[in-house]
Amino acid sequence: MATNPVTQETYHDKVVTGLVIFSIFWSVLGMAAGVWVAAELLWPELDFGQEWLSYGRLRTLHTNAVIFGFGVSALMGTAFCSVQRTSHVPLFAPGLAWFCFVCWQLGVLAGGISLLAGWNASKEYAELEWPFDIAITVIWVCFAIVFFGTIAKRRIKPIYVSNWFYGGLIIVIAMLHIVNSLAIPVTFYKSYSLFAGAQDAIVQWWYGHNAVGFLLTGGFLGMLYYFLPKQADQPIWSYRLSIVAFWAFTYSYIWAGPHHLHYNAVPDWVQSLGMVMSLVLLAPSWATMVNGIMTVSGAWRKLKTDPALKFIVLALAFYGLATFEGPMMAIKSVNVVSHFTDWTIGHVHSGALGWNAMITFGTFYFLVPRLAGTELYSTKLANVHFWLAMGGTMLYILAMWGAGVSQGLLWLSLDELGELSFSFKDIMASMAPYYALRFVAGVIFLAGGVLLAYNLLMTIRGRETVRVQPPAVTA
Amino acid sequence: MNLVDLHKKLEENTGLLIFGILFVSAIGGLVQVLPSIFQDSLSTPSENVVPYGPVELMGRDIYIREGCSTCHSQQVRPLLAEVRRYGPYSGAGESVYDRPFLWGSKRTGPDLHRIGGRYTDVWHRIHLIDPRSVVDNSIMPGYPWLAERDANAKGDIELRMRALRRLGHPYSDEEIAGAAAKLEGVKEIDALIAYLQSLGTTRGPGAVR
Repeated sequence: MATNPVTQETYHDKVVTGLVIFSIFWSVLGMAAGVWVAAELLWPELDFGQEWLSYGRLRTLHTNAVIFGFGVSALMGTAFCSVQRTSHVPLFAPGLAWFCFVCWQLGVLAGGISLLAGWNASKEYAELEWPFDIAITVIWVCFAIVFFGTIAKRRIKPIYVSNWFYGGLIIVIAMLHIVNSLAIPVTFYKSYSLFAGAQDAIVQWWYGHNAVGFLLTGGFLGMLYYFLPKQADQPIWSYRLSIVAFWAFTYSYIWAGPHHLHYNAVPDWVQSLGMVMSLVLLAPSWATMVNGIMTVSGAWRKLKTDPALKFIVLALAFYGLATFEGPMMAIKSVNVVSHFTDWTIGHVHSGALGWNAMITFGTFYFLVPRLAGTELYSTKLANVHFWLAMGGTMLYILAMWGAGVSQGLLWLSLDELGELSFSFKDIMASMAPYYALRFVAGVIFLAGGVLLAYNLLMTIRGRETVRVQPPAVTA
Repeated sequence: MNLVDLHKKLEENTGLLIFGILFVSAIGGLVQVLPSIFQDSLSTPSENVVPYGPVELMGRDIYIREGCSTCHSQQVRPLLAEVRRYGPYSGAGESVYDRPFLWGSKRTGPDLHRIGGRYTDVWHRIHLIDPRSVVDNSIMPGYPWLAERDANAKGDIELRMRALRRLGHPYSDEEIAGAAAKLEGVKEIDALIAYLQSLGTTRGPGAVR
């Protein structure tokens, strides 16, 4: 009969709590930086003549704090949490897990400061200079050891689907990061990329697109596959579909990078292949969305009472929107209009706010009370947050669609004599209303994030992380 | 053996799963990225393209430090409107000494790949220190601190050129030895302007509007 072989064992959840708290901290800080740079596009004097507040540096801090502070901390925390529960064993090498947690936070902090100081490798989403690249590699390898070590000593035979996605995150990001960061150091704060020009561009967007793919999409799909069935109290709708979608996703995502280089000075076949594979990518992306929505379908009534589930369902909707919009923007004739415009910024945020932030918020509203062994401090505040998050995201996307489509069309507009219809300066000046709307949208979304931070901190205030034992398993 | 049975092997073996993910995700890069890395035409300089001199190189690194590429692309696409607005479209052979590339992904401000020679040094100086004094409605931040600091204040220009030489940029010993002298008395803003004035000039003045 069922016996727990080592009854003294408990899951290592304190490190999970720590990662969740820091993830929330970076979300507020990173989004505040985003609101600030949005304001700088309206009132350029807002840098007060200080170089560290200058747009070019603060914008970089914004993306790094959100992706690597908020995003990766959330992914690491939920990976540590779910891999124990899907393997029925405590973490392998818990000391190493603490090392990952502490060093990652220090890295994000020091990295952020270095960006404000002007250390900038200038590759998008890989701006940190070479000392940080090495530190990231070391921490990432430790993350892999803890994660796969835990899976290796699991007490149930199958490796659950969420772990495939978290595993994909760890492996593919390691591969991309190492190759794209190859550089010759000059001084402690400066290096030159091993690749130059067009070749550098191709490598960078192989990295950049798939950092979005395997971190912001795949990693968070791992979160979805564990926490959605938990919250909905339903099994995954189709196991077979999850297998097909996972491998199709892992295979096809990696090809899509060159759609960031349409009509740029890279070979045509690379661009065309990137476009075709971006369209193919729609299938596995939507397969996963369908699987998620169908999983909730037995539990719609829970949406009335459970703000956490509401966030996750909305995240799925935005996931569907962003993964449809992406392939459309990858079509060369659409990209002619959208490339270099604010449409791209809107697309990124429909993914980052609508999908990544929403699913993380939903997961945190579910997870934090359980880690603390109590109820959520205020369901009402969480419901207010839900509407702020949805309203902010919608307004943001609409403003950037407006800005992006007008920029794209006005830039390309020629009169009957074949002369340019509008000067760049006039088109830029006409963006002010859209940028104002975007600023308001950012403030609304940030306000929601502050509510979440307050709500969850009140939930765990003065409480120890609950000690949970792995369930008894029949051998 | 159906698909689900086949998959059982993968999802019951940690090592196989790791290998499977690595293998499946690596194919795209091997087929699509690797050939470009070894494609000579992408690393052959076009006519008149030479490595940046010490002043332009320092200016370029300041451009990178200040995150100029956050708002300015350096990539004129082969579209009629773009060629009319900016000049001849960009070719791969023009960026072979660009480490990293600075093509950018966003044009909050205009493309700069053909900016060289379009404005005077004096205009650039005024514009960089206080953009709205020459372009009303501009939302570009000012960079007053660039006018105050020496471009080679840290004295690392030789290190920079040596590192690039190791990567294949054909700098001679004399060029490297004389680099610091060329930067004497040059402020950061001067170096940045020298870089901007050099941009796109290898393709001639072009049909710049």
